[in-house]
Amino acid sequence: MDGLLDHADVVGQRLRREGEAEYGETGSAVAMPAAAIAKRPLRAPKRATALPADGRAPPFPFSAIVAQEEMKRALLLAAIDPTIGGVLIFGDRGTGKSTAVRALAALLPPMRAVVGDPYNGAPQAGARGQKTHLVPVPVVDLPLGATEDRVVGALDLEKALASGEKAFQPGLLARANRGFLYIDEANLLEDHLVDVLLDVAASGENVVEREGLSIRHPARFVLVGSGNPEEGELRPQLLDRFGLSVEVATPADLPTRIAVVKRRDAYDRDPRGFCAQWQAADQAIGRRLIAGRKRLAQIETSDAALTRVAELCLHLGTDGLRGELTLMRAARALAALEGAQEILDSHIRTVAPMALRHRLRRNPLDEAGSTVRVERALAEVFGP
Amino acid sequence: MTAPGASATEVPALTPWRIADIAAALLALDGASIGGVSLRAPAGPVREAWLAHFSALRGGAPCSRMPAGIGDARLLGGLDLTATLAMGRPVAERGLLAEADGGVLIVAMAERVEAATAAKLCAAMDAGAVTVERDGIALTVPTRFAVVALDEGIAADERPAAALTDRLALRLDLTALSHREIEPPVFDAESLAAARGRIAATIDDETIACLCTAALALGIGSTRTALQAVKVARLVAALAGREAVAPEDAALAAALVLAPRATQLPARSEEAEAQESEPEPDSQPQSPPSESDEQAAAPPRDLDEMVLDAAKAAIPAGLLAQLLAAGGRTRARAAGRAGQLQKAARRGRVVGSKAGDLRGGARLDVVETLRSAAPWQRLRRSEAAMAGRNGLIVRREDFRIARYKQRSETATLFVVDASGSSALQRLAEAKGAVRLLLAECYVRRDEVALIAFRKAQAEIVLPPTRSLVAAERALAGLPGGGATPLATAIEAACALADAIRRKGRTPALVFMTDGRANIDRAGRQGRAQAQTDALAAARGLRGEGFNAILIDTSPQPQPQAADIAAAMGGLYLPLPQADAAGVGRAVGLALAAGR
Repeated sequence: MDGLLDHADVVGQRLRREGEAEYGETGSAVAMPAAAIAKRPLRAPKRATALPADGRAPPFPFSAIVAQEEMKRALLLAAIDPTIGGVLIFGDRGTGKSTAVRALAALLPPMRAVVGDPYNGAPQAGARGQKTHLVPVPVVDLPLGATEDRVVGALDLEKALASGEKAFQPGLLARANRGFLYIDEANLLEDHLVDVLLDVAASGENVVEREGLSIRHPARFVLVGSGNPEEGELRPQLLDRFGLSVEVATPADLPTRIAVVKRRDAYDRDPRGFCAQWQAADQAIGRRLIAGRKRLAQIETSDAALTRVAELCLHLGTDGLRGELTLMRAARALAALEGAQEILDSHIRTVAPMALRHRLRRNPLDEAGSTVRVERALAEVFGP
Repeated sequence: MTAPGASATEVPALTPWRIADIAAALLALDGASIGGVSLRAPAGPVREAWLAHFSALRGGAPCSRMPAGIGDARLLGGLDLTATLAMGRPVAERGLLAEADGGVLIVAMAERVEAATAAKLCAAMDAGAVTVERDGIALTVPTRFAVVALDEGIAADERPAAALTDRLALRLDLTALSHREIEPPVFDAESLAAARGRIAATIDDETIACLCTAALALGIGSTRTALQAVKVARLVAALAGREAVAPEDAALAAALVLAPRATQLPARSEEAEAQESEPEPDSQPQSPPSESDEQAAAPPRDLDEMVLDAAKAAIPAGLLAQLLAAGGRTRARAAGRAGQLQKAARRGRVVGSKAGDLRGGARLDVVETLRSAAPWQRLRRSEAAMAGRNGLIVRREDFRIARYKQRSETATLFVVDASGSSALQRLAEAKGAVRLLLAECYVRRDEVALIAFRKAQAEIVLPPTRSLVAAERALAGLPGGGATPLATAIEAACALADAIRRKGRTPALVFMTDGRANIDRAGRQGRAQAQTDALAAARGLRGEGFNAILIDTSPQPQPQAADIAAAMGGLYLPLPQADAAGVGRAVGLALAAGR
């Protein structure tokens, strides 16, 4: 039992350190829009992401997604606390995986960034004469078929050809800094791009050494991936980079299915009208998100909760600290989202499957799926 | 439907050609809204007639055509080399997906399109735009098109990628149709022009509910399919000259969209009702008031039955037989592998480029070449201006050759004896070993396949795969018991190993058997002949030069198994108490030694 407590202590210290250092930065970034909204409480912040400029339809509203509660919750948690490390959504075709991610993009409150900074840099505290503006949180698509030069950035061909100037053209990783990087069909992503992502996601920094350029720039983003397990497995190293993992299935009961079809049909016929209808519900979620982010730093990580988490992970035999940290962060984010003062057992129970199911050591001889194993352990640690 | 005045309670029986005719009209009406059609038919007069008819309905507008082996640069767009060189600055080129905007994209030999290519096509269909992040170019071009996927597959598992066919509402199979069965068209460009004004036909909640119910009763999991049926019903109504979807429109939509995707025959309606009306807690906390009637009460039975009957009547004969044989339920097949199987000579991943000559079939890395030429342009231009030349100046020393790294991937092929009394235990071991190897193989980029043999035949239970999900599903329903057709099994393994080799992987065969064959190649009982045939087959395997291991699973190792192992030039491993982990270890070691 002593060992267990020591272990919990390590996790606790790590979390508290984070609260001071990493959250400080993230917190200041989100504090601005929150304050701006407080002045005019009835209106949601104007955001540029809501309507694509090229006349395409607005994304399907987040609040109109039927069922799939776990997927929606995981996305909101990842948006509340970027250090959770993103979400992987795996499941059947046609379950609205990419719809949900694009819908989330429209919900996110804008962030403050330095004008003209290609990396969406946050304003430096105390720096004078810095022009800042509110920009939508970048949700960058990493499309299949992207080439490495566009992902990491490369020599700017235009400038090089026109004037012989050696300039850096930032890539998708630069654009995704402080935002989200979304990979649809993550299991079809080419290997050399996975290598790049693994490295950058771990270090939070993109190092470009090519064509005589030597550039390093911040690339901290929330990785969101989706895919269909029938197309193949995800590389274990990449799997591990995702904080949360969600399994989605087609709803089996008829009323839900009818609701899915009706809403999607209504949206396809009149996207703008449909979105207007759901705007209030979407804004309510947006406000919860902002409130959750503000509350996050105030939520106590009690020793009792740490012990619970450590017990659970020990029981499941998850390797390393990552599982415990993620579970703790996710539980804290859920507490913040739900407006609780502290982390309760119910929070841990809710997020344990999504935080741990992809971290279990694979036991090919155990017929039970990883979700079942997590739930079994939950029942044993927490009681029925 | 053929005659707009058909009575509201019966749906006229439709010939396959008539269904194809209606499908063509729906596609011409608003194909992009329903994704498109997957048309399974060999190249021939029937397919030509359909395509010609479809083209006539569209007023002869040209279609974009996508070859199966299309490269990313052409599909998505990228750097326009000629223009870039002429202008001296990067010029983007539109890809096929952007060019198809507002029209039709014909996917030739869709069954051979790789999963990765299909995924890009699907992404463009979903987003209504194609996003290019290639060769220093970043742009998003809106595009909306209908897809006609020409599927020339013959074998059951030779199909286009499921991700693609899932997005195409219509599915036609004209394989069995003779050109004599082609009927004169019912629709023409003018009748379509009239229908075009009505494509926003209304549909009531009851009909939507009814199409969802029918989809569920036919065992169709994806809600996307039910949504497609709703959209097709709307177009059908428009075609029939109605402003609102009538019951027969819904019935026809079910026949067109749901029937070809049925995975089970509907249970008797009482049973179905009991199953479907299980109370489920409503899980939408923030429903706005206007949606309160969304989950309407179940529609009256007669509409349900009518739609379901129409769908049942339209289930293709071959599929129906399969469904009946499977006791009403068939295992979903993993489709979309055929294209990957055909993919010969993988070029491997680009691992960078080097300066070099363009001889010997080397591939120029265009972007890298431009990058290396770029810094010199100002200097060279000032030289060239004197000679009266302009544009980009690329010299030989700028050439960069793409370097590829080709990996030799392994596919481990398990051939498991499922015969006799100890079959169950042996099967369990083999299953465990397959799972163990699969769990590791993603890292090594390896594949696993499984052939089981019993009674008179050898069956490919698990085609080469890297997917744990597919493996679990295949392994779950593996039967055991019966005689031992070893010769047939070795031949089947040999054929599959050959197919694996043709797609550029290295096959490794693992036999798990006691070697006591008792069915000969012709399927007759008899130990002596069976043993002779098995030895002959094993020698054939050796001739092919495959890496093989034979694990003897009998409690007392027998000389027969060792003989066969020797005949196939393979390693002989007697493992009477083999457990899954032991087999996995042995295979791993043996394969490492064989490499």
